[in-house]
Amino acid sequence: MPTKIEKDVLSGQDTTGHEWDGIKELNTPLPTWWVYTFYVTIVFAVVYCALYPSWPWFTGHTQGLLGYSNRTELTRELEAQAKGRAAFVDRIRVASLADIRKDPELFAFAMAGGRSAFQTNCMQCHGAGGAGNTGFPNLVDDDWLWGGNIDQIYATIQHGVRNADDNSRQSLMPRFGADAILTGPQVAAVTDYVLSLSGHGKASPEGAKIWQEQCVACHQADGKGNQELGAPNLTDGIWLYGGDRDSIYRSIFYARNGSMPAWGQRLDDATIKMLAIYVHALGGGR
Amino acid sequence: MDAQTRADAAPPPLYATRLKVYPRAVKGLWRRVKWLALVVLLGIYYLVPWLRWDRGPNAPSQAILIDLDGRRGWFFDVVIWPQEIYFVTGFLILAAFGLFFATALFGRVWCGFACPQTVWTDLFMLVERLIEGDRNERMRVDRAPMSAAKAARKGLKHAVWIAIAAATGGAWIFYFVDAPTTLARIFRGEASLEVYFFVGLFTATTYMLAGWAREQVCTYMCPWPRFQAAMLDEQSVIVTYQKWRGEPRGKHKAGDGWEGHGDCVDCNLCVAVCPTGIDIRDGQQIECIGCGLCIDACNQTMSKVDRPRDLIRWDTLADQQTRESGGSGVPWRPVRPRTLLYAALLGIVAAVMLAAFVLRTDTELTVQRDRSPNFVRLSNGDIRNSYAVKILNKRQSEQRFELALDGLPSATLGFIGAEVEGSGPAARLVVHPDAVGTFRVFVTVPPAAAPAGSRSVEFSVRDEAGRERASHDAVFVGPAR
Repeated sequence: MPTKIEKDVLSGQDTTGHEWDGIKELNTPLPTWWVYTFYVTIVFAVVYCALYPSWPWFTGHTQGLLGYSNRTELTRELEAQAKGRAAFVDRIRVASLADIRKDPELFAFAMAGGRSAFQTNCMQCHGAGGAGNTGFPNLVDDDWLWGGNIDQIYATIQHGVRNADDNSRQSLMPRFGADAILTGPQVAAVTDYVLSLSGHGKASPEGAKIWQEQCVACHQADGKGNQELGAPNLTDGIWLYGGDRDSIYRSIFYARNGSMPAWGQRLDDATIKMLAIYVHALGGGR
Repeated sequence: MDAQTRADAAPPPLYATRLKVYPRAVKGLWRRVKWLALVVLLGIYYLVPWLRWDRGPNAPSQAILIDLDGRRGWFFDVVIWPQEIYFVTGFLILAAFGLFFATALFGRVWCGFACPQTVWTDLFMLVERLIEGDRNERMRVDRAPMSAAKAARKGLKHAVWIAIAAATGGAWIFYFVDAPTTLARIFRGEASLEVYFFVGLFTATTYMLAGWAREQVCTYMCPWPRFQAAMLDEQSVIVTYQKWRGEPRGKHKAGDGWEGHGDCVDCNLCVAVCPTGIDIRDGQQIECIGCGLCIDACNQTMSKVDRPRDLIRWDTLADQQTRESGGSGVPWRPVRPRTLLYAALLGIVAAVMLAAFVLRTDTELTVQRDRSPNFVRLSNGDIRNSYAVKILNKRQSEQRFELALDGLPSATLGFIGAEVEGSGPAARLVVHPDAVGTFRVFVTVPPAAAPAGSRSVEFSVRDEAGRERASHDAVFVGPAR
């Protein structure tokens, strides 16, 4: 309780009567209406507590009379967003891939939508920019296992590779060494032959003979591969599982049969179309 | 003891009821200047959104429009894009230094003549005076019990206030949306919720601040009076009461001599006309907005009692101090370090802004290299880098650009984008009017020509006439050897 109300000589103002270590406080009265704004904030708080979730409770928290929750708000926003996109998505659903690429508006939408879907579903294996990784194909270069035109890309995404989907890309390279089709030295000989296809080292006659017997059915006589069978081109500088001698030896000895999910079972058709457009535009599309 | 102790007194109240100010009408030079400022400033505010400007079919026809949805600022023939917001920043900095400069020279001229709070309060007070009469009548009616006539006058006043406030809120929203169509939509009930919200918000604040809060905005809410003292010095021209001339003040009868009597006849007119309700004769006060109405009032009285004018006048504190001690005053020094500094800052900022504006181009190019992967080795061994290229076309017509690359002689360019006409070196990148064109560009070099590590290159775009419009630095990355 203030006890010593004084009038300050210099300013002519009263003090509040409070004193701290000899320092006294002048009483500069606040406008009364200003005080009312404080009361208004108190009323606001009470009303807010009644309307919105606010107080913790033993079983959770008070719900508020408006039934507001962030989760329903988010759901509503997502629905509104989907509604806003619906016009474009509907057009993408009915348009052909070629038509989408010709329409600047649809193309821009498909690129953005494809990029977003890629970042969510594809980048875990193929990398954020589509550069791939050992065992996961690079989508940015011009080398394709199952074909690089837009319809082939679409089909690969839709049905996947070596999975249970009826239309998935299927092929199986034999485990030449592990299943004792070839002996270790034979695998080594054909490894030398494969290396020679891209101009690395010289092959032995034995390697050429094994190549003719075992490999040309899929990889073709010239080693350029067959996209119908997902048989890679062995004459270029691009190696999915590594292009050094040891990696190629292992590829022939144990075989490599990578797989990819059938995204048609998980994503809607418009999203897969957008993904195909996006992947095709990454740089390798034919 | 420098304080008188009043131990037994009850504690003084911590809250004070506002003493209502009843400013009296006054005529004179500064009142006329204030009316002129009011007409000019309100005219600018209310009319500018209605200025039309022909920009062709695909652009708004409003001369000044800040289109937040479209992310463009339209200022006659200048279109500001969001990344050029620094022009707005520059104008705000200019405004701030202009305010400092004016304050150092003339005290609170901004507060007294140009501040929206002052201008709208002046307008509201005019309405009040026309409907309820001048100071004395208003005070009398306010003291009288409520009657039908009083209620009618008060009701009419508030109705006119709200109408002005609504026009103010309406004019504000017209700077952000097309004025004629929005006005029609507002009255047809078809405008967006945002439009109604902001019209309502500015109607409410104008009515509250100019009708009810008035001088309390300046005294309690506004930070400017609190720190403008830092710009003022003893050479700033402010409203001053010439104490040495006016004191001792007192009533004066016609015919009496003036010996031993100051020029102030204590008529209190300067207090009666003050819009903030203070007595200028008490010296400098934080409430004083420097409007000069007390000068007009005092001059009325001085001419009545036949004494020299300007007992209250615009003057510097330095001049008044020397006059008070018997000197003949000191001349005003507008040129002093403080004003020179503010003028120099104004000049520098204005020059920088002018340079930025003159160097501003209507085409901009940005190039961002894909870093994942850094480069791609193609099946024939070629090395390729990908770039996200954006071309900003600020013109109101469609442009076709040719993209060229310097610094990598054997490179070939490839393009992806729905708006590419042709391919290879003849490709033209089409960019719509007032839009950004986005393209993926592939730069491919044979393995022998690929740099080891990164090499600086430069992209540039030429228009159809072959003139270079914009360029952007980038790098091309090849495999380390």
